[in-house]
Amino acid sequence: MTALADICVVAVAEAFRGDGEIFASGMGTIPMLGARLARATFEPDLLVSDGEAFFVDGNLPIGSTEKVVEGWIPFRSVFDTLWGGRRHVVMGASQLDRHGNQNIANIGSWERPRAQLLGVRGAPGNTANHATSYWVPSHTTRVFVEQVDMVSGIGYERAAGAGPWIAAHHDIRRVVTNKAVLDFESPERVARLRSVHPGVAVGQVVELTGFELIVPDDVATTRRPTADELAALEVLDPQGLRHREVKE
Amino acid sequence: MVDKRCTEDEAVAELADGMTIGIGGWASRRKPMSVVRAILRSPLKDLTVVSYGGPDVGLLAAAGKLRKLVYGFVSLDTIALEPHFRAARQAGSIPQLVELDEGMLQWGLYAAALRLPFLPTRAGLGSDVMRINPHLRTVTSPYEDREELVAMPALALDAAFVHLNRADARGNAQFLGPDLYFDDLFLGAADTRRFVSCERIVATGDLLAEGSFHTLRVNRSMVDGVIEAPGGAHFTSCEPDYGRDEGFQRSYAEAAGDPDEWAGFRARYLEGSEAEYHRAVRSGGPA
Repeated sequence: MTALADICVVAVAEAFRGDGEIFASGMGTIPMLGARLARATFEPDLLVSDGEAFFVDGNLPIGSTEKVVEGWIPFRSVFDTLWGGRRHVVMGASQLDRHGNQNIANIGSWERPRAQLLGVRGAPGNTANHATSYWVPSHTTRVFVEQVDMVSGIGYERAAGAGPWIAAHHDIRRVVTNKAVLDFESPERVARLRSVHPGVAVGQVVELTGFELIVPDDVATTRRPTADELAALEVLDPQGLRHREVKE
Repeated sequence: MVDKRCTEDEAVAELADGMTIGIGGWASRRKPMSVVRAILRSPLKDLTVVSYGGPDVGLLAAAGKLRKLVYGFVSLDTIALEPHFRAARQAGSIPQLVELDEGMLQWGLYAAALRLPFLPTRAGLGSDVMRINPHLRTVTSPYEDREELVAMPALALDAAFVHLNRADARGNAQFLGPDLYFDDLFLGAADTRRFVSCERIVATGDLLAEGSFHTLRVNRSMVDGVIEAPGGAHFTSCEPDYGRDEGFQRSYAEAAGDPDEWAGFRARYLEGSEAEYHRAVRSGGPA
């Protein structure tokens, strides 16, 4: 029996496959672990940070302060790096629509929100400049909605309307949830079911998604971690903090 | 040789109702909290605040000091959502809001520091930042690409406050922690009333004994007043002098959720002087 958190971390790691020597940035435990796992295994050139201001070498466990520093990445350098395009971020999403528009700012109208959340943070700039993926620990119709309340990160339709440069550089790579992996590799660039996690039915994901999801004839099952990956995860997260971020 | 030392109250006395004030730091990190507490004690009102927001924004919003807020987020880091800011937004009690991408905020400060009317950026294009800020304009590249970009307007400040680790009496100041954040840009975006509070004032000749020359990112031409404020960033972090006071931050956030508890918190911590604040923090509050 594979733990759900392990499947999710591997699915996040897979989002970084092929990225090479760029800043793999993750917001939250599972995104951060996904970046570190990818670097520890199949994507060794990635740069990963301690979540504060340093690039760290080696396999730094989550929460550890015994880091080998290989570079300095204060916020100003993060902005330079992201505008320069050498970054792939995995952010959260309070709402996400079929075009890949993401909301982390507020629920309800912006003028008078029902719930104030974080604000747009760096999402507009991230999505205009480099690859972005999303981690959604609870796949529900509250998150996957027909229309998001406040477009923070931009989806494909808006990127296409924001000019040829942004259209060419905008890249929503994956959406990893506790149930499935989505991508936008459909002709219309709308959300497509890429794989379902082991034991999850396609119909269940469709039901938990509040917009029309593209479902291919053959939906793959999200792969389980390899023995090497499980060993790496033991090093990267010895306390098992990843299991707190997602319910079995 | 000008001695620029002053107190928080002297600095705040230079402010007036309706001014635009930049506050340095980032979320719940190295915020000039002793100055924020002095503003809370003052009769100032109708302020415009520009900030990578943390408890500075929360406290000023809760005290009804804000007419306008310019921000990309407001967070306490380890507590993702700032409770006072959240309550103020949901009650609609801040009359004017300019919500921006974090990078746009940097660009606005940088434009002001360079005395440019705007700086171009792609951040914001396509997003609802453009919808909620109808004052934002775009500009077309005059070169062959003809690309349309956001013309992020300069965010000029009437006053700026940052908290750093060390400074001399003339305003040369030093950050010893992992990140300067955008503190130099906040100071640059104001013409006058540029204040650095610091953990300790040291002799100019001792600055390099505190940290390498790379830490000297604020020079005296950028500063009008220096406030010695040990513990001045409390309860936000001020590495390496001290980390965030997580226990205090939790009690702040809990108190913020209930009007009676908040009244008690205010009475215990925010109605006296800065020295009384620190005494109350040390003792867990006077009985």
